[in-house]
Amino acid sequence: MIRHIDLGSVLRGTVSETYTNLVTRPTGHAVRGAIEHLLAGLDPSTLTVIDFSHVGLLDYSCADEIIAKLLQRYDGRQRADMPETGYFVFRGLNDAHLEAIEWVLQHHGLALVAEPLEGEPHLLGVVDDDERMAWAATWRLGVAALPAVADAAGMETSRAEHALDSLWRRRLLMRDDDRFVAVRAGA
Amino acid sequence: MTTVINVPPSLDDASFEKVLEQLAPLPPDQKVLIDARHVRWSSPYGLTALLAVAQSRAEKAAFSGPETDETASYWARAGFYKHAEELFEMHGHVPRARAAAESDVLLEVTPIARSEDVHEVVGRVQSKAQAILANLNIDSKATMGFAMTLSEACQNIIEHAGTGGWVGVQTYRWKQRLGRRVVVIAVCDAGQGFRRSLESAQGRRLNDRWDDAMALEEAVVRGVSRYRDPGRGQGLAGIRRYVGRWDGKLSVRSGTARISILPSWDTEDVPLNENLPDFPGAQMQITIPEGLTR
Repeated sequence: MIRHIDLGSVLRGTVSETYTNLVTRPTGHAVRGAIEHLLAGLDPSTLTVIDFSHVGLLDYSCADEIIAKLLQRYDGRQRADMPETGYFVFRGLNDAHLEAIEWVLQHHGLALVAEPLEGEPHLLGVVDDDERMAWAATWRLGVAALPAVADAAGMETSRAEHALDSLWRRRLLMRDDDRFVAVRAGA
Repeated sequence: MTTVINVPPSLDDASFEKVLEQLAPLPPDQKVLIDARHVRWSSPYGLTALLAVAQSRAEKAAFSGPETDETASYWARAGFYKHAEELFEMHGHVPRARAAAESDVLLEVTPIARSEDVHEVVGRVQSKAQAILANLNIDSKATMGFAMTLSEACQNIIEHAGTGGWVGVQTYRWKQRLGRRVVVIAVCDAGQGFRRSLESAQGRRLNDRWDDAMALEEAVVRGVSRYRDPGRGQGLAGIRRYVGRWDGKLSVRSGTARISILPSWDTEDVPLNENLPDFPGAQMQITIPEGLTR
């Protein structure tokens, strides 16, 4: 199941009808609260598309409140005690958003899946080479078990296994028994 | 008895120290007259810092504005008088702002007290920034970062001042040090300042060296915040990064110290000034120079 969240609409519905920019920490806090409300009770395998298409500017404080805190909440590396499960794809990102997003991802050691309207989806943020290769191979395959991913990525199985496990913990791909599933929203 | 505080003819962040030198020995309830009659030019820092001076006085300060029509008219267009009239006891002629077809005021002096004010100034600047920065031969990619930088600088007031403050943005030719045009963001308040803000952090241990200079180093250079949340304090780091990318300068004054992130073109200033005249709050200036050939 895919859930689409238009951040521009959330901003206007939550904070002010006249706002187009995601700036200030209180605004980010309110918007993240609204997103978390929308996510509450969803099936854990739901993929949520966070759409920035109708957002003007994003500043560091808002990026930290919305993106960093949202990703941290579902990051299995940071929450060993059965973290909540949630998968995200970020869509509609442009230069007005990327500067702040890349900064907060770097600062917190986080990563996200960015799906541009044109071009290939990719990872933004802090990922190592193995994770990047394993993620790209999984994305090309769509759904695949470890040997197939390792083969497609040209990696040793043990390295691929380690990378895939990390990507899954970081909610950058899904897991279905022994198969790994690319986090993709499509058109 | 009223003490007269003379304002230098050219008012910027450096010359404003002359104003603070005169104010520092006086108790806050001492009546003062800010005599700006002989001012011929002011940067946005000068205008916003004058309002912060008014904010810092327990006894309402008196104010005499520039005598020359050109300067007075400019200060009115820059929004200074709109706020000065509420804060100062005005002496002499108070000019009224006339709409200008074209202006180098990118953002007139605007009060910042709430999150909504930041939305307002970012929205206003965005609509004008692209054209003005392009005119300064500054890369179009700098426009978005400029609005972000403005947003974070203003939020610093809301997060740490404990009171309201002012922001102003203006372009001008900086003959003295640079010989190029610059765009300048000035954000000033007379709130609690960096040292007291950081001291309010729970469980914070202060060492013997703890003073305004160290507080500024912690906040501006190391991104330390009074909050435990590791995401806090990154706004200033973001400003520093933006300024570095566009060969700009960042100066932050608080209490008795001023810290500067210096570009190669500024060979006169120093990274850290200590033992300055004490003044409450925080006063920040961000200077982005006209691009050469990029």
